[in-house]
Amino acid sequence: MGATVVEKIFSSRCGRVTSAGQVVMAPIDGAMIHDITGPLAIRTFYQMGGTRVFDPRKIIMLFDHQVPADSIIAAENQAFMRTFAAEQGIHNYDIREGICHQVVMEKGLAAPGEIIVGADSHTCMYGAAGAFATGIGSTDMGFVLKFGALYFRVPESIRVEVTGRFARRVGPKDLILSIARDIGADGATYQALEFGGETITNMEMDGRMTCCNMAIEMGAKAGIVPPDNTTYEYFEGRRPIKPVDISPDPDAIYREHRTYDVADLGPQVAVPHNVDLAVPVNEVAGTRIDQVFIGSCTNGRFEDLAEAAEVLSNNRFSDAVRVIIIPASRDEYLKALRAGLIEKFVIAGALVEAPCCGPCMGGAFGLLGPGEVSLSTSNRNFRGRQGSTEARVYLCSPATAAASAIYGEITDPREV
Amino acid sequence: MNMRVWKFADNIDTDAIIPGRYLVHNDPSVLARHVFEGTRDEFAQKVRNGDVIVAGRNFGCGSSREHAPLALTGAGIRVIISRTFARIFYRNAVNVGILPLVCDRADEIPDGAYITFYIEKGYVEVEGKHYPIEPVPGFMQDIINAGGLVAYAQGLKEVKTCTGSQV
Repeated sequence: MGATVVEKIFSSRCGRVTSAGQVVMAPIDGAMIHDITGPLAIRTFYQMGGTRVFDPRKIIMLFDHQVPADSIIAAENQAFMRTFAAEQGIHNYDIREGICHQVVMEKGLAAPGEIIVGADSHTCMYGAAGAFATGIGSTDMGFVLKFGALYFRVPESIRVEVTGRFARRVGPKDLILSIARDIGADGATYQALEFGGETITNMEMDGRMTCCNMAIEMGAKAGIVPPDNTTYEYFEGRRPIKPVDISPDPDAIYREHRTYDVADLGPQVAVPHNVDLAVPVNEVAGTRIDQVFIGSCTNGRFEDLAEAAEVLSNNRFSDAVRVIIIPASRDEYLKALRAGLIEKFVIAGALVEAPCCGPCMGGAFGLLGPGEVSLSTSNRNFRGRQGSTEARVYLCSPATAAASAIYGEITDPREV
Repeated sequence: MNMRVWKFADNIDTDAIIPGRYLVHNDPSVLARHVFEGTRDEFAQKVRNGDVIVAGRNFGCGSSREHAPLALTGAGIRVIISRTFARIFYRNAVNVGILPLVCDRADEIPDGAYITFYIEKGYVEVEGKHYPIEPVPGFMQDIINAGGLVAYAQGLKEVKTCTGSQV
């Protein structure tokens, strides 16, 4: 019987054939904690009788949600984690590097065939590296810190086959928003999304990250792109890894097959207050906006900023809009800086912040007041996600965000 | 024992349960003051120990924040009945001592009603009507029986990986 990528990863890591539906206690190759979920995980670790973590080299710690500390209690939480890292010999990236998921990817800490957990729901992004990666809660993370293992129900997979070439100023974010609309907010619960097809094969790592990142918005346990040359090239200079044979079998059993041709896909916008409420941009074009956020683990990479800058061209952002741009990591920031993008954004009127989760976190800064409207390249538009529960958040691609920021209203980037 | 039903719709996300700005707190009683703030303010004011949340599909979707089930425990919630649960929330709920029960007809249960549990018999009773609940999966039941994952883990020196045995 053929196996999916996810089944092959569990079989390989467990040393025996493991199929969807089985419950296994699987070894953990990497575990990520940050400033919001970390303190609870560490307390749980101690409550479980933990004294030494299973392997300090496999624990990834950094702070990205409230950095630099925006309150005394945030500072206390971070200090608590620093002490834990020092006592346990865990390398702590602290506030220096940026958003957890981007940092895990660019440091090569999630590799093909590995099983990675993170105390954050968007951990599924590392499927772009060919890892099985999933978000867990703090108590499960406490268990992982102690034992280096966690029980999983091996998920069935939904195969998403994508063909065709993206039209100008249409890209991976538009694709994943349209997939979310079709599958629905809970249509992939307990499943893995396995992405394939020529469009995915031709897609660079940044786009694969955007797609895998949003698997959770359909309830999925993981999103994954079978590792290929693009994956292995990404690891060059980051971490030496050996290729693993985890390509899905032709006769693998999927719960469902979905096919997409992106040739006719236009820009998509998810309207308030659910991610699966994606509509073509023309249906909401003209909607007045108060704030634009370009950033997050979903769309804060250099390629995203370059896409925004290309649309911006020599225009200025509208004075009626607060434009907040946040590179996802220090590396991405430097790339944008060296390419002149940061200067371009600042001249155009944007506020460029240091790498962090920013307004997507809904608790640090860039919050919305009642009645305000935000257009955001992040991943969630839930009621209250970015501040007031009477605010409205729309989600889109960096190109659509940049075009809209020029005019102060939701704008089709193809018409700029 | 009779418990009041707090009825919720589909896709109640963890941002709604506890907004991001309160995630600096880890104490369930502090979090409970802000539970459903801005989306259903009366809940934090009127909820009583032992009350029950009944919801539609995909309860607890979104962020993995365990502060969401913790805030609910701080508010006295011990049982949530929903048509379906989001995956991470389901595990988190069990881990912090909330019993998540799947009931395909949960949406028929009215807000403000009183509910009686017959879990061993596989149903709950509301206003004289019986609503079947699904059995909790075996490996989750072990954790529930132990009193949550923390208590379960306290009894373990080490875990055997990939033995295929359930937790």
